Amino acid sequence: MKTTQYLFAGFGGQGILFAGKFLAYQGLNDGKNVSWLPSYGPEMRGGTASCSVIISDIPVGSPIVSNPDVLIAMNLPSLDKYESTVAPGGTIFVDSTLISRKVTRTDVTVHYIPATQMASDNKTPTLANMIIMGKVLAESGTFEDEEKVLAALQKVISAKRADMLDVNLGALRLGKDYQG
Amino acid sequence: MSDKVLMKGNEAIAEAAIIAGCRHYFGYPITPQTEIAAYMAKRMPKIGGTFLQAESEIAAINMVYGVSATGKRVMTSSSSPGISLKGEGLSYLAGADLPALVVNVQRGGPGLGGIQPSQSDYFQATKGGAHGDFHMLVLAPASVQEMAELTVKGFALADKYRMTSMILADGTMGQMMEPVSLSFDIEEAPAKPWAVTGTKLERPHNIVNSLFLKPEELERTNFERYERYKYIEENEVMYEEYMMEDAEICVAAFGIAARVSKNAINEARAKGIKVGMIRPITLWPFPTKQFAAAAEKVKAFVSVELSMGQMIEDVRLAVNGKAPVTLCNRAGGMIPAPEQVLAAIEAANKGGN
Repeated sequence: MKTTQYLFAGFGGQGILFAGKFLAYQGLNDGKNVSWLPSYGPEMRGGTASCSVIISDIPVGSPIVSNPDVLIAMNLPSLDKYESTVAPGGTIFVDSTLISRKVTRTDVTVHYIPATQMASDNKTPTLANMIIMGKVLAESGTFEDEEKVLAALQKVISAKRADMLDVNLGALRLGKDYQG
Repeated sequence: MSDKVLMKGNEAIAEAAIIAGCRHYFGYPITPQTEIAAYMAKRMPKIGGTFLQAESEIAAINMVYGVSATGKRVMTSSSSPGISLKGEGLSYLAGADLPALVVNVQRGGPGLGGIQPSQSDYFQATKGGAHGDFHMLVLAPASVQEMAELTVKGFALADKYRMTSMILADGTMGQMMEPVSLSFDIEEAPAKPWAVTGTKLERPHNIVNSLFLKPEELERTNFERYERYKYIEENEVMYEEYMMEDAEICVAAFGIAARVSKNAINEARAKGIKVGMIRPITLWPFPTKQFAAAAEKVKAFVSVELSMGQMIEDVRLAVNGKAPVTLCNRAGGMIPAPEQVLAAIEAANKGGN
């Protein structure tokens, strides 16, 4: 019986909610119980946007994540705000292009990925979210079956934008293969 | 699982309403329920329905009154301050015995308040909602699936009893996404011989009205309505019991508060505390009998609410002094953490207040 609580946080416009929804569909397609809860309100407009995703073998109780097992921080205010809330033994993924400082916690695993720089180099500047997500999936062992990844992508990318499937998959692969 | 899609609670309400046969939506945008209106704006024109953004909440509820009088399924949605504006219309709907579905995705108050989740419109929803003697059927979903299911159920109950069904949700229920299955058995709406649909010169006029200047007549309509309410109280109560079989402590919570409480109950159980929960799904009619029965066997109740303590009054009335009822709450858009609920359960277990 396993429950994993994810917290994604960054600027509005970085695709935080999209990445979270993609992850939730990954869980749903695997037959897990899932919930997705966004922050809403004025903080989204230019400030921090965040979303809580829970993937669980048992029905999800509260959808609110206050002590994430996995924190994905895509800007400095998010790391400053949420670093201390991560569950001991948890994992933090840091976009090291936008966050120059290191994580100070010593009881968590940290992955530094220059996702924004990699996205820019890849000529897909809006897909830093999916690059970092590729690393998240790889570390959680859910990137073994690319068909499953594609199935989840198809749920979050409308048929009209099918050309974006490969682009997103490419971004996920970049993150997966990144060795920091 | 493949038939399930991820949807926001607000979207699930909108799609379920369409599935239930609602083709008329009137509303005015307000956070955190605007997705309902946005969804209807997209979908209604494609299926021959009407989406209309009214000039105000008051206009929207009166448009609901108009369509309902013609016998069609109709709805509006808003959030707390907007629901207050609709109050006059809610009373008129009750006075004219018209069915309608009204959604309140609550936010913190009073006043313009904030936009974060709240349950502080409990009194307003369950004790009438506006002037005069009346009730609404009040349904409190605790998942996106229930947002959809109770919308379908709400239309059926509204038609059956010629009343307003109110979905009393909150910001988290509206904004969160969960897997939802949208396959429902839809009962056909009952015949509505009272509707104003044109006489074709074949029958007397139907009159839809809430004005009765003769007090004897107005009194009669009130007594008749309360006969119906009595029947509803005996037949339409919905609730969920969680781990109540051997419980010594009973948590009372609905909606998001019940979700948080489940986490706390599981933690308390792991510590050996025998605690369970009664989750009202209908807030009116309230599961009074279930709480009264629980009062015969548990030693204390904890009411967990996103308000300054509103449902706790109904819990206390049901418990009738047989056990202490304590409050565990946050307000103004804040949500109790599972740890806070756990502490309240532990305090109740020790016998402290």
